[in-house]
Amino acid sequence: MSTDVGNGAAPSGTEVRKLDRVVIRFAGDSGDGMQLTGDRFTSEAAAFGNDLATQPNFPAEIRAPQGTLPGVSSFQLHFADYDILTPGDRPDVLVAMNPAALKANIDDLPKGGILIVNTDEFSKRNLTKVGYAADPLEDHSLTETYQVHKVAMATLTIGALENTGLGKKDAERAKNMFALGLLSWMYHRPTEGTERFLREKFAKKPDIAEANVLAFRAGWNYGETTESFAVTYEVAPAKLNQGTYRQITGNTALAYGIVAAGQQSGLPVVLGTYPITPASDILHELSKHKHFGITTLQAEDEIAGVGAALGASYGGALGITSTSGPGLALKSETIGLAVMTELPLIIIDVQRGGPSTGLPTKTEQADLLQAMYGRNGESPVPVVAPQSPSDCFDAAMEAARIALVYRTPVLLLSDGAIANGSEPWLIPDVEDLPDLTVTFATEPNAPDGTFWPYLRDPETLARPWAVPGTAGLQHRIGGLEKADGTGNISYDPANHDHMVRLRQRKVDGIEVPDVVVDDPSGEARVLVVGWGSSYGPIGAAARRVRKLGMPVAHAHLRHLNPFPKNLGEVLRRYDRVVVPEMNLGQLALLLRAKYLVDAISYTKVQGLPFKAEELQDVLADVIKGVSE
Amino acid sequence: MTATELGLPALGGLVGVPTADEPQKAKDYKSDQEVRWCPGCGDYVVLNAVQSFLPTLGLKRENIVFVSGIGCSSRFPYYMNTYGMHSIHGRAPAIATGLAVARPDLSVWVVTGDGDALSIGGNHLIHTLRRNVNLKILLFNNRIYGLTKGQYSPTSEEGKVTKSTPLGSLDHPFNPVSLALGAEATFVGRAVDSDRVGLTEVLRQAAEHRGSALVEIYQNCPIFNDGAFDVLKDEAEAARRIINVVHGQPITFGGGDYAVVREGFGLGVAKTADVSPDDIVVHDATDLNLSFALSRLSTQDLQHTVTGVFRNTARTTYDDAAREQVERAKAAKKPDLAGLLHGKDTWTVAG
Ligand SMILES: Cc1ncc(C[n+]2csc(CCOP(=O)(O)OP(=O)(O)O)c2C)c(N)n1
Ligand code: SF4
Ligand SMILES: [Mg+2]
Repeated sequence: MSTDVGNGAAPSGTEVRKLDRVVIRFAGDSGDGMQLTGDRFTSEAAAFGNDLATQPNFPAEIRAPQGTLPGVSSFQLHFADYDILTPGDRPDVLVAMNPAALKANIDDLPKGGILIVNTDEFSKRNLTKVGYAADPLEDHSLTETYQVHKVAMATLTIGALENTGLGKKDAERAKNMFALGLLSWMYHRPTEGTERFLREKFAKKPDIAEANVLAFRAGWNYGETTESFAVTYEVAPAKLNQGTYRQITGNTALAYGIVAAGQQSGLPVVLGTYPITPASDILHELSKHKHFGITTLQAEDEIAGVGAALGASYGGALGITSTSGPGLALKSETIGLAVMTELPLIIIDVQRGGPSTGLPTKTEQADLLQAMYGRNGESPVPVVAPQSPSDCFDAAMEAARIALVYRTPVLLLSDGAIANGSEPWLIPDVEDLPDLTVTFATEPNAPDGTFWPYLRDPETLARPWAVPGTAGLQHRIGGLEKADGTGNISYDPANHDHMVRLRQRKVDGIEVPDVVVDDPSGEARVLVVGWGSSYGPIGAAARRVRKLGMPVAHAHLRHLNPFPKNLGEVLRRYDRVVVPEMNLGQLALLLRAKYLVDAISYTKVQGLPFKAEELQDVLADVIKGVSE
Repeated sequence: MTATELGLPALGGLVGVPTADEPQKAKDYKSDQEVRWCPGCGDYVVLNAVQSFLPTLGLKRENIVFVSGIGCSSRFPYYMNTYGMHSIHGRAPAIATGLAVARPDLSVWVVTGDGDALSIGGNHLIHTLRRNVNLKILLFNNRIYGLTKGQYSPTSEEGKVTKSTPLGSLDHPFNPVSLALGAEATFVGRAVDSDRVGLTEVLRQAAEHRGSALVEIYQNCPIFNDGAFDVLKDEAEAARRIINVVHGQPITFGGGDYAVVREGFGLGVAKTADVSPDDIVVHDATDLNLSFALSRLSTQDLQHTVTGVFRNTARTTYDDAAREQVERAKAAKKPDLAGLLHGKDTWTVAG
């Protein structure tokens, strides 16, 4: 990969400082194109070979009133010359496109951090709108605390586009590309990718494409020529494992996992779903890939979505439904039917802040108990959770494996942080993907020469999948309790007790890999256990405390039901077990109940991922307590 | 009538469903399960009618599926020696939609009740109808909740005294046929449980129709709403009340004594002798407005009850279109998983 930057020219006349990692946060109004700006910088960093992790943060309203605090949208990006685990706790650089963005984000910028502001938006009116009595840029405490760069981005952009014939308003709109150009210059980023991207994105409006490219270059040249930036920075490519990488978000990786599950099983995929933030992108993505034999059905509600998916599974397809917490609540009864009819089904829940409508665009892990127990009766459902954006691919394939082998609904618990966050993904070799082929029943299976739909595989306890259209195997299934074996309706008390236990035993017996403990020193007496998207912050916190000379072990659960077989033994090996969660202690509750372990639950529900620094403090405290 | 008779492209409801090698009998469709409806329940009559009718379609039994919701009537699939799913309350149309989309080689039937289809499942019903999924929906309307022991339903008459409404119900009822037509169902029919011939004829047309077919069946519940349709079963009363419509034929009833005529924006009933033959409305099952007007002639008190096929018209079905989209995408682009996973922007880290 070439490290040339710009249009062949390296920044000149500035001091170049080498850094191992940088966190940049672009913040502006929701209409300012901050997500696109962040995305592009991410692609530049990826193309350059850095490791990276990103976290967008946007309001629930599509266009909250302009210039207001609720309307602030931001995109944080962490890139480094080594493998990193999180999008970063705090930005090193904050780009604030207006007063609201400054106000909403400045407290996260550490002392001495770089602040780049678009001064054009700092009018009296805009300042009052967000409650600034005086212009903060005139305030010495700001300039003394941070390295402040005041740039009239809108004015400069309009100036750069003067000769394009574009109206002022249209020209002004390209100021986010000016910001991107400036930052690209500061961090020696390759730029051809962005120019190519802009030309493709606006292929139908060549004048807009050109304007954006010009604005991008103007930003670059501004850095290069004005001398107001004395230092530029270099972050070398990361030494990642060998292979081909791409950048991917959690929702895309999850959708690809579903496509791959369809290909690897040889089954058509039917997605029945209803739009809901932050899960809708899975529908959007899958509906682009119909040529893989994927049918996407936008139903009238979540109940119909999961119903259609189950109906398709009954017909021999791989039925999938995708939703977020409120939708999962609606699907409960149908998932119960899938438990009873023992058909494969994947239910994707991209968790968001709850209860009720809660915080639609923010993240949370508070649907674990809903996934585990949110149905009537004893209704065991396997639960699988991805730990990072790219891990969604493997998690989706794993959910498909369990659903198909064990003929059961499977809950896949992603969350908002994973769904919208992105990171590099070591693209797997298609030849190495697991084989998920299934065999449908074709012959009578019972001693009496008839077909018993509930005669099980002795090993997996899965029942045969006999799809309509198979001669001689006509049978009826449904939600009523059925007699073991024949599947006929049965109200017999002993049979019900037997069947309840049998369904539980089937799920308990699902083969899942042992949980792996990360304890480099082998001397840890404290274990931190997490699940889902907290993998990054927990892992980063563990690294930090180890650097301080305190050993700590980290175990991260992909399988929440059933738990890995070695989990009990792992928990007992340590003096203390800490369980950080973005809920009020749901995994801790399960671990305590099942393993009688006195787990310390550390919880936070602010709609945002944990910061590595706070978990570092939590872990250090516990470790000190143990060694005292 | 088939689509052909309407001069429309001949794409029957059963195209793609494999046919049986041998002639079938009604008993081939009886499962080994004991039928457990109350003695005298109208559901028996409908079950028998369906079991006698299906052999005439000559389809492979294993390619027929009955999907039901919850209610007395929804036990239906257990008694059929076909594939079947007794699902959950109100959701059968949704489940059947997924099945129909996934499997063009199946003849999929939904069995539902007035509570199942119009109360808890009302949303799924209207959306299934507007999408025109190739499903045959048999709505057993006994105007009561049978299985839960006799509460009023969305088709019960206003003021209905039941266990849950000792002072009389307050709800205004649905007219299921009007509702279905409002959702632009492409096929809507109605029959009375005891009228085997009429019911079979509606079923036949429904089966041949490609798309959603809603068949409302007036069904007696002798336990909780006995005699709800008795006036339609008394010969003399029936003659005065039942208006059976046939596509392309003038609408008369009562042995030809009465006729349906235009009245304002809708339809009315007149003595045939009082009107000129030209004024007698000829049924056109492709005319939505006429079908709807006919549905409004049927009153809750059964003063007049229209039976037969109100509407039968061709429109692309959702499942055909969904499959066509996938097929077109497949023809246009080879599935290349490695290509998809790589996308446009990759970088390589050397070892
Ligand atoms: C979610 C849910 N709510 C309520 C019930 C109870 N329930 C079962 S059947 C029924 C009404 C059935 O009435 P209808 O559809 O008219 O069928 P019928 O028994 O009259 O044939 C009700 C309320 C249920 N099974 N599931
Ligand atoms: S309660 Fe009524 S509808 Fe239900 S089985 Fe008995 S008679 Fe039939
Ligand atoms: Mg009823």
